[in-house]
Amino acid sequence: MSGPRTGSRYELQITRQGTEGSKAAGDYYAVQAGDVEEIEDEEDLVGYVHSYEVGSTVDGPGLRFVGFLTGCLLRCQYCHNPDTWHKHNGRPVTVSRVMQEIAKYAQVLKISKGGVTLSGGEPMVQRPFVLRIFRHCKALGLHTCMDTSGRLGARFSDQELMEIDLNLLDIKSGDPEIYERVTHQPLQPTLDYARRLSDLGRPMWVRFVLVPGLTDGWDNVERVADICASLKSLQRVEILRFHQMGKAKWDKLGLAYPLADVDTPSAELRERVRGQFRSRGLTVY
Amino acid sequence: MATKATAKTEAARTDINAWTGFAPGSWQTRVNLREFIQRNYMPYEGDGDFLAGPTDRTRGLWKTLQPLLAQEREKGILDVSQVPSSILAHAPGYIDKANELIVGLQTDAPLKRAIMPFGGWRVVAASLESYGYKPDPALGEIFSKYRKTHNDGVFDAYTPDIRKARSSGIVTGLPDAYGRGRIIGDYRRVALYGVDFLITDKERERHEIDQRHSTEEIIRLREELSEQIRSLKELKEMAKSYGYDISRPAITAREAIQWTYFAYLAAIKQQNGAAMSAGRLSTFWDIYIERDLRAGTLTEKEAQELIDDVVIKWRIVRFLRAPEYNQLFSGDPVWVTEVLGGMGEDGRTLVTKSAFRMLNTLHNLGPAPEPNLTVFWSPRLPEGFKAFAIKTSIDTSSIQYESDDLMRPKFGDDCAIACCVSAMRIGKQMQFFGARVNLPKTMLYALNGGRDEVSGEQIGPNLAPVAGDLLNYDEVMERLDPMMDWLAKTYVNALNCIHYMHDKYCYEAIEMALHDRDVVRTMACGIAGLSHATDSLSAIKYAKVRPVRDTKGLIVDFQVDGEFPCFGNNDDRADDIAKQLVSTMMNKIRMYPAYRGAVHTQSVLTITSNVVYGKHTGTTPDGRKKGDPFAPGANPSNGRDTHGALAALMSVAKIPYDDAEDGISLTLSVVPSALGSKEEQIARGVGALDAYFSSGGFHVNINVLNRETLQDAMKHPEKYPQLTIRVSGYAVNFVKLTREQQLDVINRTFHGNL
Repeated sequence: MSGPRTGSRYELQITRQGTEGSKAAGDYYAVQAGDVEEIEDEEDLVGYVHSYEVGSTVDGPGLRFVGFLTGCLLRCQYCHNPDTWHKHNGRPVTVSRVMQEIAKYAQVLKISKGGVTLSGGEPMVQRPFVLRIFRHCKALGLHTCMDTSGRLGARFSDQELMEIDLNLLDIKSGDPEIYERVTHQPLQPTLDYARRLSDLGRPMWVRFVLVPGLTDGWDNVERVADICASLKSLQRVEILRFHQMGKAKWDKLGLAYPLADVDTPSAELRERVRGQFRSRGLTVY
Repeated sequence: MATKATAKTEAARTDINAWTGFAPGSWQTRVNLREFIQRNYMPYEGDGDFLAGPTDRTRGLWKTLQPLLAQEREKGILDVSQVPSSILAHAPGYIDKANELIVGLQTDAPLKRAIMPFGGWRVVAASLESYGYKPDPALGEIFSKYRKTHNDGVFDAYTPDIRKARSSGIVTGLPDAYGRGRIIGDYRRVALYGVDFLITDKERERHEIDQRHSTEEIIRLREELSEQIRSLKELKEMAKSYGYDISRPAITAREAIQWTYFAYLAAIKQQNGAAMSAGRLSTFWDIYIERDLRAGTLTEKEAQELIDDVVIKWRIVRFLRAPEYNQLFSGDPVWVTEVLGGMGEDGRTLVTKSAFRMLNTLHNLGPAPEPNLTVFWSPRLPEGFKAFAIKTSIDTSSIQYESDDLMRPKFGDDCAIACCVSAMRIGKQMQFFGARVNLPKTMLYALNGGRDEVSGEQIGPNLAPVAGDLLNYDEVMERLDPMMDWLAKTYVNALNCIHYMHDKYCYEAIEMALHDRDVVRTMACGIAGLSHATDSLSAIKYAKVRPVRDTKGLIVDFQVDGEFPCFGNNDDRADDIAKQLVSTMMNKIRMYPAYRGAVHTQSVLTITSNVVYGKHTGTTPDGRKKGDPFAPGANPSNGRDTHGALAALMSVAKIPYDDAEDGISLTLSVVPSALGSKEEQIARGVGALDAYFSSGGFHVNINVLNRETLQDAMKHPEKYPQLTIRVSGYAVNFVKLTREQQLDVINRTFHGNL
């Protein structure tokens, strides 16, 4: 890989850095079969869930029931949930069990003008599970939202995309090279997915994680902002501040955390980046 | 039941000017604040755009106090007067006479504390000494030789059982050495009627029982009514010393606020109560403000000034308290609780513009713990008010919220809050405050056969301790039952002694003068450590809990294998245990008749005493270590509510209000959200409260702050003089908490999200 082009001082060096003897060492970084294979759809199918949280205010409008599904292809350096990379990190749970839990909150989620967000991991890994849950949610009158990188967007038909009320789309970089450095995956599927949502007129919020030294380069932000400006159904951009709260999980898995010495972005930096989006007439938070 | 006294109607006639423009009613001939308010108030459904900022005068007055407040923070107390406090004991005091709109201080100078020896001389002496003052020996002699105090009376009547339970920490914080408080005088009566009308009315009440046979009850009542009348006369005198004649009703808004405040001031000159609430004043005052605004004699700016000014007075109410008291309830709380909002029984909102003005003081003067602003929330409140309250919470963390829809059916729409969460009809109901008992310790006593897990002493009944090396849920519950019986009995016993003696030696004459004669009394019991008792029992039921015994056979630790559901995750398996504990304790308390026919109630509230309770309690099966603080109030235990704030709220909402009618307190700390517009953040807060309260939730304190801010405030307290946080039931200047309490607050769950 060539030297940093946009001011990033981090190289993709996370492969096989696990602490010796740790359970998670070695192949933990590799994408396992279970993380990519399409699951069969069936009436009460089993999905893999890491955890859930009720009352989130940062994963879509209103208060959210957020289900964190397991399985992801990306290996983001700043990942704050490395314990969701593999589908089998999660617990097997049936759709009906998930709905039992969501139903407890249907009324209060509606009162608060919120709904259900499926996040991860990468929820697209478990596409039929996601769609089944969302269909049940719609039957309860709940707003649905998918928090995704778009990496597996091609799996969803146009019709299926019409069923999801809102996409929270993470665009980690606008530069293919940086994107790959950050995530270990190609950028193009995400761009294709964003374009499809735009063409279908599906509402989306783009989220951009601001990591000093990694994603904060002026050109990198410009490219993400350019992409955002071209999306017709984009409602807002959210700048997520990098934080160190994920570090404990990397340590627990015995993984070397590549961003251990990185600070949260300064107020000046955040304002600069917001300004870059704002200058294109975008709504930024 | 009463006969109509002609004197009263005459009094009314002479005050015709005061009532010009008010809708008439039977309130003109009989004390009836609710009817007056219902006929005259103007509901306000708009937003806060009309509000005025602070004037230079307001800012100046508040600024005058800052150096004094800084000195007080440094020294603990600013100054003290050793003249025993009473309504007339001190000459008038001012902050800055020329610039005060509303006048009156507890002593002759701001922040100068008074002594109140009728509660107990030892406490007064200890308090003085702890701040480096030498107690006046003459007073010491009077109050130990010639004049008995409440504290002495109580200890004359306590049984050995009560003393043991008290010193082991299973029953803590009893008001046996300090004023019981939690009585709200209907201070509005003084403004609406003037004191002469009220004296006449009290004379009627007294006259009505002249023919009743002199039983103990009737003798006590006659004596009390005489004391009430005397205190009303003193109230008039006190106002006169400030240059006001309050024998007549208030005529202007400024007078209405001043008259009401004088009545409140008399109460805090006479009593160092555990909580000295203001009541529900803003809607009442609004009627006068609206009348003056209509007449063109008052502007919005001036109306706000009046409210700002009385709030400044409330912010500097101080009592002299002992170090032990500060351990339990630190940061100088007074609980000047003022109720805002709510809905009327007829469906109109009780929100007026003055409810906004009251909240606006937090913007005009900055955040502060007092007055303890309490919003009665209903999903039916006007949206503009909801949004303004939440905005103020986000900006200041100084507001608590309570369920209007749970209280209204029980207490009507003219009720207020004594202290934190205790609802009562204003002027018609009072409470005997009863602190709380330690539920986790009770459970440990059940395991150890009544022996204290810390001292090894036999405190409870000598029952067989559990045998074997695995705890069985049914067996533990079977043993818990008689232990709770014993606790309830000892507890109500102690409270009866306390309140008998308080009536006898430390009667709240002026507060009770502003009540009807025949009040409803409640005996307000309470429990601490609900989440730990619940999670411990859940561990015993759903995991494997092995007791670890010391050499004397005392269970002092536990080995827990397996997972168990915890309170705070909206999981019925755990939540049902919590519900059962609350209802069982309540039913056991009801078995023992209370002094003066009081109705038994119970709260799930700790205030800051959760730290002290935990300190005296051994390791519990839920994983809490010996000495660790309890979760406050009805909060889930730290870190055990793993499914987000809404799940925690839903668990707490399940606790049955019918069996905890004295209130269920929840404190929620939320990290400020950087995402979304301010309007969206407000809307989410409104949504969360609508959701919680429509699910049966009773109370919630909301803090919106970062842990880092609090950590910085511990390091640099001088930078954060006004940093206010809500703890269980009240708000406090964070920098005034003890170090242990500060750490407890910091270690509690901060929800990244609400």
